[in-house]
Amino acid sequence: MAATSQTKKTVEDLGDKYKYGFTTDIESETAPKGLNEDIIRFISKKKEEPEWLLDFRLKAYQFWLGLKEPSWAKIDYPKIDYQDLYYYAAPKTKEGPKSLDEVDPELLDTYNKLGIPLKEQEALAGVVAVDAVFDSVSVKTTYQKQLEEKGIIFCSFSEAVHKCPELVKKYMGSVVPYTDNYFASLNSAVFSDGSFVYIPKGIKCPMELSTYFRINARNTGQFERTLIIAEEGASVSYLEGCTAPQRDENQLHAAIVEIIALDDAYVKYSTVQNWYPGDKDGKGGIYNFVTKRGACRGKNSKISWTQVETGSAVTWKYPSCILQGDNSVGEFYSVAITNNKQQADTGTKMIHIGKNTSSTIISKGISAGYADQTYRGLVKVSPKAKGARNYSQCDSLLIGDKCGAHTVPYIENRNPSAQIEHEATTSKISDEQLFYCQQRGIEEEEAVSLIVNGFCKEVMKHLPMEFAIEASKLISISLEGSIG
Amino acid sequence: MSVLLEIDNLHARVDNKEILKGFSLTINEGETHAIMGPNGAGKSTLSYVLAGREGYEITSGTVKFKGKNLLSMSIEERAREGVFLAMQYPVEIPGVATSTFLKHSLNSIRKHQGLEELDTMNFIKVLKQKASELGINQDMIKRPINVGFSGGEKKRVETLQMSILEPSFAILDEADSGLDIDALKVVAGGVNKLRNDKRSMLVITHYQRLLNYIVPDFVHVFADGKIVKSGNKDLALELEEKGYGEFIGNKY
Ligand SMILES: Nc1ncnc2c1ncn2[C@@H]1O[C@H](COP(=O)(O)OP(=O)(O)OP(=O)(O)O)[C@@H](O)[C@H]1O
Ligand SMILES: [Mg+2]
Repeated sequence: MAATSQTKKTVEDLGDKYKYGFTTDIESETAPKGLNEDIIRFISKKKEEPEWLLDFRLKAYQFWLGLKEPSWAKIDYPKIDYQDLYYYAAPKTKEGPKSLDEVDPELLDTYNKLGIPLKEQEALAGVVAVDAVFDSVSVKTTYQKQLEEKGIIFCSFSEAVHKCPELVKKYMGSVVPYTDNYFASLNSAVFSDGSFVYIPKGIKCPMELSTYFRINARNTGQFERTLIIAEEGASVSYLEGCTAPQRDENQLHAAIVEIIALDDAYVKYSTVQNWYPGDKDGKGGIYNFVTKRGACRGKNSKISWTQVETGSAVTWKYPSCILQGDNSVGEFYSVAITNNKQQADTGTKMIHIGKNTSSTIISKGISAGYADQTYRGLVKVSPKAKGARNYSQCDSLLIGDKCGAHTVPYIENRNPSAQIEHEATTSKISDEQLFYCQQRGIEEEEAVSLIVNGFCKEVMKHLPMEFAIEASKLISISLEGSIG
Repeated sequence: MSVLLEIDNLHARVDNKEILKGFSLTINEGETHAIMGPNGAGKSTLSYVLAGREGYEITSGTVKFKGKNLLSMSIEERAREGVFLAMQYPVEIPGVATSTFLKHSLNSIRKHQGLEELDTMNFIKVLKQKASELGINQDMIKRPINVGFSGGEKKRVETLQMSILEPSFAILDEADSGLDIDALKVVAGGVNKLRNDKRSMLVITHYQRLLNYIVPDFVHVFADGKIVKSGNKDLALELEEKGYGEFIGNKY
């Protein structure tokens, strides 16, 4: 029996378990709207997942059913009808635009401003397949060969489930359990795909993990799940996202990223998030509810988050570090820009458990238009974390007088030897600064972008070079029309 | 000699308060004019109005620059056409390196003039050269512009900007305030180096001393919103001696 028809039969054999009347053919490319156990079984079946993974999903789903959507964040959005969403769609093969002439000129304009090569633009806009841009087979194999030689595993999450199930089983949910929060439970039940990275003991990954994959990794769906494991003495720099704007029909995104760093390991995770922010009046746009967390399990381990968040209508995101190993280090460098009617509630949690653990938080929030932004951060020092140190700096920059910025730092210190420092500032781009720039021939929009880039400098310098230049252009683009 | 700037009967107000009350002045190419006058007379206001800063309401009068109506141009257009204002109080811009700022500035102006933009390498070469002439060290140009600069350092950097941008008309609003004697000579030297038969300057100062170094062609007394007396450099010496008493009635 052919594999597909066999799968089909298995699904049919589930028979009366389809109590919600869901009878989609296994060969179908999408499941109907709505969320129930059958949909989850369908997803799992489609991916030919092992039983334990299906169990994990189902447990997560049961748990999610008992939860309430959180309302503590300072964001305001229409109620999401979870039964009105699609939870499974096969990688899109639907007809895209036939040439760049058919693509939204606004989007092309942005690509040009970012200096993205034409070939790559075509792929981003869906005119050609990604394979047409890079000779994907050869590029991919060259990279894969280099990585394999070092024993590094870098593949999609779904592939990893088959390739190295024991690693996935051991670490998945060990940093972000399915019981963690509403959106994490939802993701655990229905996650689509994402990346898997494993760096073996003592290996330094020879390249930034992204280069080729910047486009390829896009089709991971709205419930992305990523797992990164760095063994003893291993190190890796992982880049997520793409500076080019990503149009997406899915309004809701709920991703999970888990990082595990063992003794002396170092993981650097950089994000540029540029999802569709909605129009000037706040119509459309992505709701982005993300749970990102890293565990510094080993001594002297280090996890560093760098993020540039410019997109999405609503962002809810707190990349965090659990500093378990003695002398472990957590870092969070963040630039968040909200313009027009965008809302962001973002920050980090640094949980100090091991001795002499240290953490640094640098957050730069820029608000323009009618946008509202909150920095929410927690620094927690457990009784055992002798000699823990934290330094936090949260700066907000306001452009115009209709926007808002808020800083909500929580500090829970249970160890008297800990040193915790927190600094916060709020400033505005002053008329004087703009006048000064303009008097030197610099026009207003360029002046704003210059001033904002200056404001973010401390964070931008932590981005990998190839990202930094585009990210800085992206900042300018995000703030277009924010003045006057 | 052709006229560069022609200000005719200019009236301007801020917050409904009239500051410029019929100011007239013609500056030819290559001339340096000095303006002296008591605090609050409206000297800085005049420089802001010429640079195009918002918040000033021009109620009557005209300003022609190179034959064009200056008042209808935007701030950056004026700058690109060659108007430079060395400010009395240069503003701090955190995180923006002096060199980065100046590169953006120079390239905006070059672009407007139809010149090729300078790449970083070439720009830095020019910048380092001019900076060392003004006694500005290399570390300073890497620092965010004006942030934490001492009063004297700010003035030097204003002069540095002027010498890089090579404007056709420069207004120096108290370029000498806060300078020690050595710095005064350096800044004046920088200014003098730029003087030629095309470029004109308007030097606003309270102290005759500066005019020993930057010797003006004309000196004007500015009181109560307009020029009340004009002369040559000797007028500055006279003012130093007698003060502004005769121009402002018996207020003092
Ligand atoms: N925004 C404003 N609102 C109200 N009054 C103003 C404003 N700006 C300037 N003025 C007033 O206009 C007058 C002229 O100010 P200006 O700064 O031009 O004087 P100045 O001649 O440069 O003085 P100084 O020699 O002290 O630098 C002052 O009385 C000042 O208080
Ligand atoms: Mg003044």
